[in-house]
Amino acid sequence: MDDYTLKVTLTQPLPFFPAVVTYATFMPTPQATIEEFGSDWTSPGNMVSNGAYTLAELAVNEYFKLEKNPEYWNADEVIITEVTGYIINDRNQSVTRWEAGEFDMMDDLPAGTYPDLLAQYPDETFSTPRLCSYYYAINFTDSGNPALQDVNVRRALSYALNREVIVDQVLKGGQSPAFNFAHEATAGFEMPEIDYASWSQAERMERAKELMAEAGYGPDNPLELDLIYNTSDSHKAIATVAAQMWKPLGVNITLSNYEWQSYIDIRGEQNFDLARSGWCGDYNEASTFLDLVTTTHGSNDGKYSNAEVDRLMTESRTMENPNEAYTQVEQILADEMAIIPIYHYTQNFLLDGDIRNWPMNNVENNWYIQDIYRAASE
Amino acid sequence: MLAFVLRRLLVAIPVLILLVVVTFVLMYAAPGSPFATERGVPPQVLANLEREYGLDRPFLAQIWTYIWNIVTDFDFGPSFVYRDQDVNDLIAQGFPVTLTYGFWAFVLAVLVGGTLGIVAAIRQNSWLDYLAVGVSIGAQVLPNFVLAPILVLIFTLWLGWLPGGGWQGGQWQFVIMPVIALGTSFMASIARIARASMLEVLSSNFIRTARAKGLPGRRIILRHALKPALLPVISYLGPAFVGMITGSVVIDIYFSTGGIGQFFVASALNRDYGVMMGITVLLGALTILFNLLVDIAYAWIDPKIRY
Repeated sequence: MDDYTLKVTLTQPLPFFPAVVTYATFMPTPQATIEEFGSDWTSPGNMVSNGAYTLAELAVNEYFKLEKNPEYWNADEVIITEVTGYIINDRNQSVTRWEAGEFDMMDDLPAGTYPDLLAQYPDETFSTPRLCSYYYAINFTDSGNPALQDVNVRRALSYALNREVIVDQVLKGGQSPAFNFAHEATAGFEMPEIDYASWSQAERMERAKELMAEAGYGPDNPLELDLIYNTSDSHKAIATVAAQMWKPLGVNITLSNYEWQSYIDIRGEQNFDLARSGWCGDYNEASTFLDLVTTTHGSNDGKYSNAEVDRLMTESRTMENPNEAYTQVEQILADEMAIIPIYHYTQNFLLDGDIRNWPMNNVENNWYIQDIYRAASE
Repeated sequence: MLAFVLRRLLVAIPVLILLVVVTFVLMYAAPGSPFATERGVPPQVLANLEREYGLDRPFLAQIWTYIWNIVTDFDFGPSFVYRDQDVNDLIAQGFPVTLTYGFWAFVLAVLVGGTLGIVAAIRQNSWLDYLAVGVSIGAQVLPNFVLAPILVLIFTLWLGWLPGGGWQGGQWQFVIMPVIALGTSFMASIARIARASMLEVLSSNFIRTARAKGLPGRRIILRHALKPALLPVISYLGPAFVGMITGSVVIDIYFSTGGIGQFFVASALNRDYGVMMGITVLLGALTILFNLLVDIAYAWIDPKIRY
């Protein structure tokens, strides 16, 4: 409207619109600069940005350096004047370099190292909620095992997973066991009360065996399923443990791993029975998760489809308080076991003890360096 | 000699073209696409991207344009993943890094390895010999991906003398550990080859003759024994060079130097067709060139070889 105001007219009410515009797709881009420099517009010296820092140096795959932007509206309050980000391929190596004092912050910790590092650096090792959910997608199409069409089989698979073992003994990074899809720390989201979340694991296991027997499977008549995951030590560990947990049900799992690009193809074409999946919120509102299980969503790789879920999610968009709809959707997901939720992510990182004001409750893992400062060493 | 060099260079052209075609075919046969993401790309956007990068054109036309642009403009095209970078830019950034520490690793391997081997042969069965053989066997069994973390542990974490990675324009303290990690096993191989071949030369007839004539030991070694003893070492330099290139992938990734090896691996995983092709062609050309240099050096050292 004027130099500092942008007006957006929506075709329908969207209560969480302000949360959506924080996503990278909505970041402003300087048209004049792009027209002048073409594909070089992101080079240091050319790039025009609107944050507290400007890009000073860039070596692709090695490092980037940011300098304080004197034009920033709140530049007086910005304390840190220079920021260097290093791209380090090997996470263990980056822990070593952090220990050697080469940089202040290191993210994300190698899988399973959190407890040891916490013991070693109790004031400098952190685990904070991260807006991502880890789950196994179930293939509902004809290419999946027909047994998966049976809700009893799907429930049994989910019940039999001992999520405490997965988070406490495999991941060891403060993650929380998940029985629903949307992350527990999602802004404004009321966690639904999922029945089987309150049962003990022994109860779940017992129920799982009953359900499998009802479906006609058991150790004498085993069910063969494929579980695919993309190459990573922790995905492999979880898949291996899960396969063991399903054994007593008479489920024999064939594990296959693929590197990422092949994986997206294979999963996107429904060439699996169960597929390791994770979803990180694009914005801090539960619909970023729950939209994924609607029929037409591009990342609904299991092709789960439920008219009621679709209707609720469409209606939730214009609701004053969409939580009611979200709770209903989560209940349907749990009843039908549309996906197998496993855990809610945390962010595990090392941060130098002199750094103050680091945002610890930022579930989207955005770091606002303009707010932080370094305390004088004692 | 000149005719030989020209002939070899002419043969290199079809070899390189074959390399381009085979890599192209393999690359396109691999599942996935440089534009695929977990979020899914709308079909119209994907079509636009493919048109922008020429992926909608027939396969042969793509290869032809690719080769033609290299020949006429030395243009390796854009990176498909780093959308604001050309392959030429990335190679210009990464190759000098790899070349710098690769060169010093090579120098280290040849000078130290060669000296160690030759001294060990001259003083055969002395403590010096045992030390040299011990060191070279020890160094040989330590692959670079084991040696690198050990170096970092000692020099970065315990002693705090050297930074654990990065490049920073190639300041000396960033170069030392990559050079040692990359060069050590080649140094060991060269030491072993040099020792064995020096021992063989020293027991040959013409050296006995030289000794019988009463020539001083130093002169026998430097004037008569050294050149023939180095022949096997030189023929090893070709494979050593290729080994260093593959080794640089490990070094680049471990030390985050921003070198070419890192781009090579990343390009394969990201399906960055442009970068993958560019680096393959570059490394292919270098391998051919280096083998040619080795052959020329061979002819220069060994008068029996004529081309």
